[in-house]
Amino acid sequence: MMTNPTGRVTQGQFSFLPDLTDAEIVLQVEYGLSKGYAWSVEYTDDAHPRNTYWEMYGMPMFDLKDAAGVMTELAACRATFPEHYIRLMAFDSTRGIESVAMSFIVNRPSKEPGFGLVRMEGRNREIRYTVHSYATDRPENERGGQ
Amino acid sequence: MAGPLYSIPGTTPSAASADPPPAQPPVADGARTVAAVLAQTQAGAVMDELERDLVGLAPVKARIREIAALLVIDKLRLNLGLSAASPSLHMSFVGNPGTGKTTVALRMATILHRLGYIRKGHLVAVTRDDLVGQYIGHTAPKTKEVLKKAMGGVLFIDEAYYLYRPENERDYGQEAIEILLQVMENQRDDLVVILAGYKDRMETFFQSNPGMRSRIAHHVDFPDYQAADLLQIADKMLAQQHYHFGPGARAAFVEYLERRLTQPQFANARSVRNALERARLRQASRLFGDQERELTADDLTTISEADIRASRVFQDAAAAPKK
Ligand SMILES: Nc1ncnc2c1ncn2[C@@H]1O[C@H](COP(=O)(O)OP(=O)(O)O)[C@@H](O)[C@H]1O
Ligand SMILES: [Mg+2]
Repeated sequence: MMTNPTGRVTQGQFSFLPDLTDAEIVLQVEYGLSKGYAWSVEYTDDAHPRNTYWEMYGMPMFDLKDAAGVMTELAACRATFPEHYIRLMAFDSTRGIESVAMSFIVNRPSKEPGFGLVRMEGRNREIRYTVHSYATDRPENERGGQ
Repeated sequence: MAGPLYSIPGTTPSAASADPPPAQPPVADGARTVAAVLAQTQAGAVMDELERDLVGLAPVKARIREIAALLVIDKLRLNLGLSAASPSLHMSFVGNPGTGKTTVALRMATILHRLGYIRKGHLVAVTRDDLVGQYIGHTAPKTKEVLKKAMGGVLFIDEAYYLYRPENERDYGQEAIEILLQVMENQRDDLVVILAGYKDRMETFFQSNPGMRSRIAHHVDFPDYQAADLLQIADKMLAQQHYHFGPGARAAFVEYLERRLTQPQFANARSVRNALERARLRQASRLFGDQERELTADDLTTISEADIRASRVFQDAAAAPKK
């Protein structure tokens, strides 16, 4: 059901662009830090559009002055989960906002499993639709690349 | 910035996308003289300030100049395309308490930042408790969190030798040391580590941790202050807070210093700061006691001889001969 021709998951910022290089990621992280956001690293093997909460890789990073701390954590996450989706999220803790201000994917499986549209026939020929992650067809410990 | 760093899929990438600019413009680009580097980076201004604001410390200032000279010359070499390995900048500052280690470390951070050796120039000061955890699995995340906060700046580890406790072979401090060593080696561009503490204990620490010693490029010795230096420091501290010595008070303070210097627990400039703090307290309660008096600016800024002589140091001395 990939609706974009490149066969890539499009979620968060920059996801229609080619993958950001590390130098470009650093620029984004620096921008977030300049706004006072706290960055965190998250990963998942199932980038279903309704999968809002990915796994946290370590704690959110408060009080950082430089992107190097975030990049160190990202490098560690990539080494641990090379075939998972990984995203960076920037949390704006300003009172009254207290939510995610930036979020973008920084790592993808080399083959993105994608999604299928499931049609379920109900009573009176009613059709109900749902999105199915091909990633979840395999057991959890076998997901994330070949 | 010239043009976007990204390219639209299907188009030929622009030149910019191949080679994004560094996060920070290189400092002192094209400079050919030492003066030019110092001026363009304004590192010279910080060094002059260090010279002016800090009393005494001649050997320390000389060492800082040496280190700065190395970095400036490195910059000039770089501008001519003579690359050298990025210099190791980790340092150890050894000396007794109150000799200005923390103060100089702060200035050092600014100098390194101005010269472009660290990206942000902040200083994160920690002790063992900030790095070492209480139970298995606690230390690594704690140390890493501190390291991440310090990146782009200077990590200042006060009394660093407490990280190593030979009497307990399962002490978690060793784990913190190993993580530190790794980052000091592999992420030299990301942060500079300064270890501080007493000279003899640091020496023992280095003897049992040769890995740490080999990664420290610059050892700086902070000597104790002479009484004359301490008096000058006192003058500076008072001036900064808009106070001054009244008649006889300065002479009393000289006497105070002579006595205090010989006592245990003397902490150099810190003891001076604390003594002045207490003198301010006494001045305040002296003025407070006289509620009807109209206080002039002079009254409010003067530390009197009595404020100094009321110190315990004088009372102990007065009591001693009677014994
Ligand atoms: N040379 C100096 N001139 C002026 N003030 C000083 C000097 N050295 C130390 N001080 C002051 O003394 C206090 C203690 O210094 P600090 O740098 O904390 O010492 P250390 O870290 O070696 O224990 C600080 O308040 C500092 O401002
Ligand atoms: Mg100190």
